[in-house]
Formats: sequence, C-alpha cells, structure tokens
Amino acid sequence: MGLSCSLIAQTFAIGTAELERWLSAALSRGGDYADLYFEYLETTSLSLDESIVKSATQGVTVGVGVRVISGERTGYAYSDDLDSERILKAARTAACIAAGPATIVETGLADVSAPSLYPVPVPAAESTLAERVALIVEADETARAEDSRVFQVQASFADSVKHVLIATSDGRLAWDRQPMARLNVMALVRDASGRVEHGYQGGGGRVGLGHFLEGGLARKYAKEAVRQALVQLGAAEAPAGEMTVVLGPGWPGILLHEAVGHGLEADFNRKQVSAFSGRVGQLVASPLCTVVDNGAMAGRRGSLNVDDEGTPSRENVLIENGVLRGYLQDRLSSQLLGAAPTGNGRRENYQHIPLPRMTNTYMLPGESDPEEIIRSVKKGLYCATFGGGQVDITSGNFVFSATESYLIEDGRLGRPVRGATLIGNGPEALKHVSMVGSDLKLDEGVGICGKEGQSVPVGVGIPTVRIDRITVGGNA
Amino acid sequence: MNPRNSYEEIAASLIRLAEERGAGAAEATVSAGDEFEAQIRLGNIETLKEAGSRAAGIRLLFDRRVGSAYTSDLTPEGLRRMVDSAAALAAISTEDPHAGLPGAGDLGALEGDLQLFHESVDALDPAVKIDLARQAERAALDFDPRIDNSEGGSFGSSSGWRAFANSLGFLGSYRSSSCSLSVVPVASAEGRRERDYWFTSARSPEGLESPEFVGQTAARRVLRRLGARKAATQKAPVVFEPRVARSLVGHIFSAVSGDAVYRKASYLAGLLGQPVAGANVTIVDDGTLPGLFGTSPFDDEGVPSRRTAVIEGGVLANYLLNSYTARKLGLKTTGNASRGVTGNASVGHGNLFLQPGDASPEQMISSVRNGLFVTELLGSGVNIVNGDYSRGAAGVWIENGELTWPVHEITISGNLRRMFEQIEAVGSDLEFRGSVACPTLLIGEMTVSGQ
Repeated sequence: MGLSCSLIAQTFAIGTAELERWLSAALSRGGDYADLYFEYLETTSLSLDESIVKSATQGVTVGVGVRVISGERTGYAYSDDLDSERILKAARTAACIAAGPATIVETGLADVSAPSLYPVPVPAAESTLAERVALIVEADETARAEDSRVFQVQASFADSVKHVLIATSDGRLAWDRQPMARLNVMALVRDASGRVEHGYQGGGGRVGLGHFLEGGLARKYAKEAVRQALVQLGAAEAPAGEMTVVLGPGWPGILLHEAVGHGLEADFNRKQVSAFSGRVGQLVASPLCTVVDNGAMAGRRGSLNVDDEGTPSRENVLIENGVLRGYLQDRLSSQLLGAAPTGNGRRENYQHIPLPRMTNTYMLPGESDPEEIIRSVKKGLYCATFGGGQVDITSGNFVFSATESYLIEDGRLGRPVRGATLIGNGPEALKHVSMVGSDLKLDEGVGICGKEGQSVPVGVGIPTVRIDRITVGGNA
Repeated sequence: MNPRNSYEEIAASLIRLAEERGAGAAEATVSAGDEFEAQIRLGNIETLKEAGSRAAGIRLLFDRRVGSAYTSDLTPEGLRRMVDSAAALAAISTEDPHAGLPGAGDLGALEGDLQLFHESVDALDPAVKIDLARQAERAALDFDPRIDNSEGGSFGSSSGWRAFANSLGFLGSYRSSSCSLSVVPVASAEGRRERDYWFTSARSPEGLESPEFVGQTAARRVLRRLGARKAATQKAPVVFEPRVARSLVGHIFSAVSGDAVYRKASYLAGLLGQPVAGANVTIVDDGTLPGLFGTSPFDDEGVPSRRTAVIEGGVLANYLLNSYTARKLGLKTTGNASRGVTGNASVGHGNLFLQPGDASPEQMISSVRNGLFVTELLGSGVNIVNGDYSRGAAGVWIENGELTWPVHEITISGNLRRMFEQIEAVGSDLEFRGSVACPTLLIGEMTVSGQ
C-alpha cells in the first residue's frame, strides 16, 4: 500500500514531497513536532416525520489542520482550501507558537501499518438513496402498526464516509476511510387520559446498509421505541435518595464513560485536575470490576484503525480487578508523561486539536447470573435504559439519566418509574459494585461524547451489575 | 438582486443555478468566519489557534418536495455540484403539503445599526488577547493559596459573515463579531479538588469584564465549593442563581418551539392562552436588542427579527415559529427560523429572557429557612414531552436565611409545569451573558435527593 491508495492523496495530487515541504514550513520557527491532518467528509441524512420524507441533505467538506508542538505549547491553524499556498500559510501560522532554530523534518515518511476494522464493501453513503428511504419508511410503518396509541413517529438515517490522511514530522504517514451509519426511531404515544410519552431507539456503527437490512434493525428499533414509550405511560414517580441499583446490560455502560472514562483521560491527569490524578496502582473500584477502552473492535461506532494522530488503536486496560492501571493518551500527553501513546488522540474534525478521548469503553463480564443479581435485591431500582450523562472531572461527581427503570421489590421487578438522574462520585461509585453479571452487552451504537466543544462517536458496554449504594434523583 | 459583497454574490448565484435547474423555489445560505483562541495555563501559553473557513448551502423545492446540500468548496464547479446533489435528493423526498418559503410579505430585514460587528475584535493585537487571558488566570491564582492549580485562562474571538437569498427576491447579509474571556481555577483542601469557572463575552473587547474581575469571581466561586458534602433527601425550596436559572428558560424555549409543538412532543402543546407559570413570570424573546448575542436583522428564512412575548404574567402567550411550523399550526411565523448552512430551518430564539422582578438575590436567600442555593447543574435529565425534571446539582445550603455549607453530589427533581407555577420570587438581577438570560429564581418546593 502506497500513499497513492489514499483518496485524499489521489484527489488533491498530494505526494510525500509536498507533505514534507508543508511539515518543514510548520517547523520553520522551531518546535519539536508538527503534523498535518487532511479530512474529506461526505455526509447524507434523510428524515421521515409524519410519514413524509421532509428532509434530505448531502454535504461535502474538505480541510486540513496543521499543528506545531513546542514543549507544552501547541500552535494550530487550518484551511478549508487545499491549495498548496493556503496550506503553507496555515503551516506558517501554526509555526508562530514556536520560537527557536528551525527543526529538520525527518525525510522518508513511513506508512503506519494499521488493521482493517471496518472493511465495509459498500458504505451506506455509496448505496442508493432509495434503499435508505425504504429503511426509514419501514421503521415508520412498523412503529405505527405496533400499537394504536402511537400518534407520531420520526425516523432518520444518517451516514458518512470520512477519509483522513495524517503525516507527522517524526515520519509517520497514515490514511484511513472511516464509514459511519446510524438509524434513529422516535415514537410518541398517548393514552385515553391524554398522557403523552415518548420512546427512542437508535443504533449503527462503522457499517454499511447491510448491517441494518440483515439485522432487520428498522423493525427492531421501531418496536423498541414504541415499547419504551408504552412502558412510560404506566410509570409512577421514581424514588429519591440512596439505594441499591441494578444496571441492565448494554447502554447503561454510560456509567463507566462518566464515572471513570473521562477522569482517566491523560490531559486532565498530566495537569493534575482529575479526581483520578496520581491514583495509578490504587483501588478505585470493587475487585469485581475490570474496565477497558478498546478502539480495535470490528465495525463499532467508537472504533478506529488509526487515531487522528496516526497511532493504531488498541485495547487499553483502565481498571483491572478494581485497581487503576493507566490513562488514555494522546501524543502530547504521552510525551509529557513519558508514557506510550494508546491510540486515543481524537478530534471532531480538521478544525480541532486532538485530545485524549475514549473509543469503546466497557466492563468485562463477571460470573453472576443476571437474574440472580435482581433476585438478590430486597428493595431497589433496576435501570434498563439511559439517556445522557455528564461529569465534573475535578470533583469526580457524575450523573447519568435513566429513561426506563423499574422498582425491585423482594427480588422481583415491579412497577416502572419515571425518568430519574443518578449521581455518584467517580473514584467511589464503583467500589459499591457487589455483583457483576456474565452477560456483557455493548450498546447499539448511538454514543456521542462531548469534550471542550468537540463531539466524537463512542461506544459503551456493561454486563448486568449491582451497585449497593448510589443516589437516585426521583420525585416520589 | 444587487449583491453588496462577495457572500451575497455567491448566495445570489446559487439562486440563479437553482432556477436554471428548474427548482420552483430555493434558499441559499453562505457563512464565513475567522476564529482566534489563546489558552494560557499556569502563566504559559498552552494553545494558540487561528484560522478561517467558509461554507455554502442550498435548499431546493420542486413542487413540494425538498432537497438540500452543502459544501465547503465555493468554486463555481463546487457550487454547481452542490445544486445537482440537492436536486437529486428532492427527487427521492415525499411531497409535503406544508413545505415552502415564507410568504413574500413576511420577508424583510431590520434597518439601522444593530451593533453586531465591531472592528476592534479583529484589530486587537494577538499579544494583547494572550495577555488578557494571562491576567485573568493570574488574578485567580493570586486570590488565595488554596487555589493551587488551573485548567487555564482563555481568550477567544471570532468574526464572520452570513448571507442569505431566496427565490422570492430576498438578498441580505450581516457581519458579526464576538469575543470572550474565561478562567477555570482549581482549588484543593483536605485532599479534595474542586473547580469552577467564570466568563465574560461581548461583541467587542470594550464590552468585556476586566480580567481581574473574571479571575477573582472564578476564584470566589471555586473556594465556595471546598469541603462540599451531600445533603439529606428532602423536599425543600430551591434558589437558582442566574448562571443556572437561564437553563430553565432554555427548557421553556424547547417546549414552545414550533417543531415540538406541532408534533405534540411538548408539555406546553395545546396550552396557548392558559396559565402555565406563576403570575410573576413573563418570558420574552427579542431578536432586536442592539449588540446582544441573540440579535440579527433577519432570521434564517429572511423574516425580520422581532419581539415576541412567550409567557405573559404566567399565561402562555405565543409559540416561537418559523414559516413551516406556523403553517402546520395555522399561525404566523414569529421570525424564529434557524439553521446552519443547509437543511430545513428549525426554530431558534433571539434574546430569550425572563423579565426581572424586584427582589434582590440577598432578600430571596434570606427568605428561605431551610433550602438549597444552586450554582451548578449536571446532566440532561429533562423530558420536554412530559416536563419531568431531574438533574445533578451543586451549591450552598441555606439555613435560616444564610448561605452556610457547600453541598454537592445531589440531584434536584420536579416537573417543569409545577416548578414554573411555584416560582415564589423573581430577582432583579437580569444580565445578558449570552442569548438566554434569567434573574435569580426561588422555586417553592423541589425534591432534593442526597443521603
């Protein structure tokens, strides 16, 4: 595989000589390191509302970001014009951060060998529009036929292909084609008394249209959205206060993302502003908990062949049997901390500086039977589905909001309760995990993680777990 | 059409391309912007960023079928490809009887200088911008020895153009600028860390609070959090300071936004003319106030910005609408269309605020015997469909009218309908720090969940 295999290199006639010239310009005022991140993004989104395809949009964006690092300082500039002069101008702008003798760029860029985690033969973006419309129409019809109380359905399908090309002054050259697709279904239901509730299900990943067609996902998501909405029609007020909570498998893994994931991003720890700073080797969770972040999973939403700095992604153990093992690194933090890069340097697009970010974060399965876990609880709450979450990484306080939960009474699931936010403290919350199920499940592929104004796709997963004590923000 | 600048030229040329392609109606948007950002940490430059970008978008209607597209390639070839792409998409969409442009009579732009652009943002020397961030961080770090770390001080500025044209002959553009200064200090005591922040933003550097004020305010806020503990689970009155109260006004926006209303995905759908809040609550959207962040001469469909009362004396007075949601509801657009460069317009707000009352924040706190003063909210636990509200919170506990110990790791919950009906006092301290603003609010009772 040579550089000519990169769509960006082909389309914009970029060779190694050009890349080296731009990197030299970036380091013309000194600096330890420079990199170029080229991006070519094509997106399509279709949405169906009231059984009408009301919106159909396609777009193309192209750009390059130039970064220069000098010690702990970063200079950054970008251009949406790939004309050589414009790239040189961006390189010189980024160079202004560094003051010192010019640094020589290593000649002879070497290809980074990377896996092929999402060899989608035909990405959704290259399949016909009609096939994609058929998918959302099927979702709409399924949801409406599911129950007479359904009165509104929205279904949307969005997909993209992002081509990236990354060249670094220390000689790395990487490129990737990153497909992404996602189907969403939202249903509104109304009962005889006029009470209105909604339900939502979505999913996808670095997959093609076949993933949705073969899995029958339009029907599956539509039925699930309606089921969730109907459950809410019968929900009572949620309880308030500290209690035992059982999290169901899958998307409730957002607990890990908020409680530990963000706090283990290396930039916060290098700056000593995380509740986890300086705690490597310490017990931060129950010994039943082993948590990993793994960007090297086939086809998943958070997966990457190479991160946005050209480092191949991999599995990183964050917490092993309750003990904190390591942080999620980007290049800058790993250099400053003297650690190895972990393949977690990510950015939203060419207009942004890479930061340490999660990929797919999950807890390894334990030995408990999931039903046994529920049976073990005399009085508590079972949470099956969540919305979003947030964390204050410095205090470690985090929240995540349950959208489908049930009271547990004498080891049995009881009445559904309304949405409630759960709150805990990162380094403490997982110490109260007393049972971990054997049923690890990853989410359907809907996660979007925000940090410093940048959104990136992520995945989460968790088996059924019992947390002996956490605060539930109900209203009962 | 007589374009007055290169952005209007591109927008006008897109309308011509759309008409050549046979579109019955078309809307074109062009946006261009430059940004600068300096981050300082512990006195040293951490990041400097400087760049600009441009993009254009088109929305076409063939009969009542809609297709849209966008591109960052503004060459004639790139624009033509974009129009072709939008036309291909219109062919696969479904006829929507309500799709269309605003009525020709609804189009127009506010006259006069709305003070959205100040040369001084671009003219300010980068060295001065960097120094403002450094001074603000310094002011926080020097404030108290317990402030022993920082996530940094930062200065950001941006300026840009937005142009819009449609096939009914509307062509307009405006230029805007903004800048902001912020600090995030970290304090520790007894092995625990806390952080907080303060920021100031304005359309010109002259409108910013001083770096000393920003740094010291952030410092006071973070110190106030040290030693926080959980509160007991209970029902209690809750005072929202302006920085968090504005999020409640934001929830009202979501609930009165035409998109949610016509789908009946809002707890305020169908309640026009009915009481939905205490008589002391008036919420107004005003896109005409000079110099503010929610101000613009016209909305993203070419309809002039205006002032709309959303809740008046507790009664739901108006929804916020674009032309599509207005047609769906049989009402008139309120000039609240909002979109990026492409797609169907959704609904946005201008300067949305809750009108101040006459109580000072101190009076409001002193009226509470046992309750919570909230200074931070976490998470997204708000359901606009049924009004359920449950969010993480931090703040200070009020005992006998005095702010006492800091509290954290709690949630507050209720229901938006009841919360707005139970607003017992509205502060006099309305201040615009963004396009949504609210004075201090006292809500009679919420569930505080902690220990």
